[in-house]
Amino acid sequence: MKVGLFVPCYVDQFYPNVAIATMQLLEKLGCEVVFPLEQTCCGQPMANSGFSHISEGCNKNFVDNFSGVDYVVCPSGSCTLHIKDHLHVEGKEAEAEKIRKQVYELSEFLIDVLKIDHLTASFPFKVGIHSSCHGQRGLHLSSMSERVLPAFSKPETLLNMVKGITLCKPQRVDECCGFGGTFCVFEEAVSAKMGKDRVQEHEDNHVDYITGVDMSCLMHMEGILKRQHSKVKVIHIAEILNAHFN
Amino acid sequence: MQGTTTHSEKAAQFIANEPRTDWHDDTLWFVRTKRDRAAHTIEAWEGLRATASHIKEHTLSNLHDYLTQFEQNALANGVQVHWAADAAEHNAIVHSIIKKAGIDKIVKSKSMLTEECHLNEYLIQQGIDVVDTDLGERIVQFRHELPSHIVLPAIHLKKQDVSDTFHEHLGTEKDNIDPSYLTHAARLHLRDKFIASDVAITGVNFAIAETGGIVVCTNEGNADMGVHAARVHIACMGMEKMIPKAEHLGVFLRLLARSATGQPITTYSSHFHKPRKGAEMHIVIVDNGRSRQLGRADFRNSLKCIRCGACFNTCPVYRRSGGHSYHNAVAGPIGSILAPNIDMRKNADLPFASTLCGSCSNVCPVKIDIHDQLWKWRQVLMKEGYGGSGKNIMMKGMAFVLSHPRIYRMAGGMGRKVMRWMPWLFNNKSLNPWYKNREMPAPPKQSFREWYQQNKQ
Repeated sequence: MKVGLFVPCYVDQFYPNVAIATMQLLEKLGCEVVFPLEQTCCGQPMANSGFSHISEGCNKNFVDNFSGVDYVVCPSGSCTLHIKDHLHVEGKEAEAEKIRKQVYELSEFLIDVLKIDHLTASFPFKVGIHSSCHGQRGLHLSSMSERVLPAFSKPETLLNMVKGITLCKPQRVDECCGFGGTFCVFEEAVSAKMGKDRVQEHEDNHVDYITGVDMSCLMHMEGILKRQHSKVKVIHIAEILNAHFN
Repeated sequence: MQGTTTHSEKAAQFIANEPRTDWHDDTLWFVRTKRDRAAHTIEAWEGLRATASHIKEHTLSNLHDYLTQFEQNALANGVQVHWAADAAEHNAIVHSIIKKAGIDKIVKSKSMLTEECHLNEYLIQQGIDVVDTDLGERIVQFRHELPSHIVLPAIHLKKQDVSDTFHEHLGTEKDNIDPSYLTHAARLHLRDKFIASDVAITGVNFAIAETGGIVVCTNEGNADMGVHAARVHIACMGMEKMIPKAEHLGVFLRLLARSATGQPITTYSSHFHKPRKGAEMHIVIVDNGRSRQLGRADFRNSLKCIRCGACFNTCPVYRRSGGHSYHNAVAGPIGSILAPNIDMRKNADLPFASTLCGSCSNVCPVKIDIHDQLWKWRQVLMKEGYGGSGKNIMMKGMAFVLSHPRIYRMAGGMGRKVMRWMPWLFNNKSLNPWYKNREMPAPPKQSFREWYQQNKQ
């Protein structure tokens, strides 16, 4: 099974360990992982800002990079959702459509495609779960507090396979952290306040780490935690699923 | 957006008082949790939402026929029906009815349509005294403010604020913040107004094509009090309030109050079909941009809205920025997709007052894809050039870099170096909005790509 690793631009630049963990984890689980070197970004920063009409160059580059693999896997719910919903390239629509159907966020790939039921990871810490909105409400990685439907969570199912971990949820189980892409600067006051409130609930739970499927939410919360000189750290779910503490 | 204050600026002013922001957030979150509990008592909740959505979609697709049928039946019931193309015509019609009746004191129960049309301002300019009889609306009216929430108009105010307002306008004891005392004072004050007014204006929650009747939902009974004491009843409705049959009402009444406040049903669901003997009943049906919205394929289903306010209560941005930051009669997520239809330039900022978290679409009882429409409005507004030149240049620059892998790699590498060598350039609150409340991520020496090339190739 040939997997094209799609690494969000900001993960490539700021959080290489998240991509390394993702790659190692997928290899451990028997996938042949390739990283198409000319990839840049999914185009979401422009599109969510209302500029999808100028992101065709970005979209074309994405299609050129990811045609020819069996699956595209990404350690981000938000970037995955963007590709699934909005990847279109004039003249290459068949390839774009194929990618839209092949793209998976990491935790849904592990559960739905690889169908794994155990992991060798261990992570003996108290971990708060952050439910990232695009993964949850967009990709349906877990049930949502607003809906009257049976409860489930793909990221939690995976985390429960990790030895030694203690999971902890905030009281408002799936409220947005306030990152929101360019929202974080154009609506700075609301964004920061939402982040502070989110972080506070995890602080109240005395967690060691906050984890989630999207490094962007975690980057935003990390910025706030560091400003507050908090002991709480953030960690991407891939890093936990690939962790070995003894 | 030049010359006006944007949502983000008003939100920043609101948040500057952090304890009050926390109180506002907690208060509305409490309403959201009540809604959740109420929804979970109905096993078929999701099916009920789907049914409501289908009825509304069907109605919107056949709106002309249902409006015509409604008019015929209302006329047959002895109701006078008026059609208004826009806010100005609506206001003029209401004024002419009042003038003809020779009355200058009127009571009005809650109607977001009349807020949208700025009816109060207009009538006051004509020398007519309008008294809002919904308690929350009366409070904001005393304060010369607009409602900050479509269901809870004075939710931005605390007991002390209400006490101060009543002390000034109703002569209640200073600093008496006892809710029973204050509501009793309001009751006595409004009772006089009900008795003295011969014209009552109400909104409309549902208009039933099959019967020509209307339904008005209140918790205070103020619509009934106004109408029963008055000789002339004027009901103002947006043309999307239509439902085909009386039997459909059960679907919507079950959803409305549960979604709005977590109550099983509003205290009063009042049905009005015809005028009393010797009295008049008028219905004013208003377009005011709704036909235009109906013609926008991506946005037409925003007209399914039944104004429950659930999307306000769940919205993490609304809860932390307050209704007035939306500078529109209808605030919150639904207001942000309705407002650009009325005035794109003035409201170009509103679809950006969201993280696109999607909670609004999930609570919506008629399944409006609110967060998708927010995204789509962004595309329309920026393409039309309402984003300003700064944003345009920034986005074009970003698009250029991300379309050229070599330039992206160079820019990334250089960016991280600059962050390490000149951190002051980024760690600067006036240049970098991120840094006001957050530290920058630590730039690693190596990107993932560099690691991959070193270790995997």
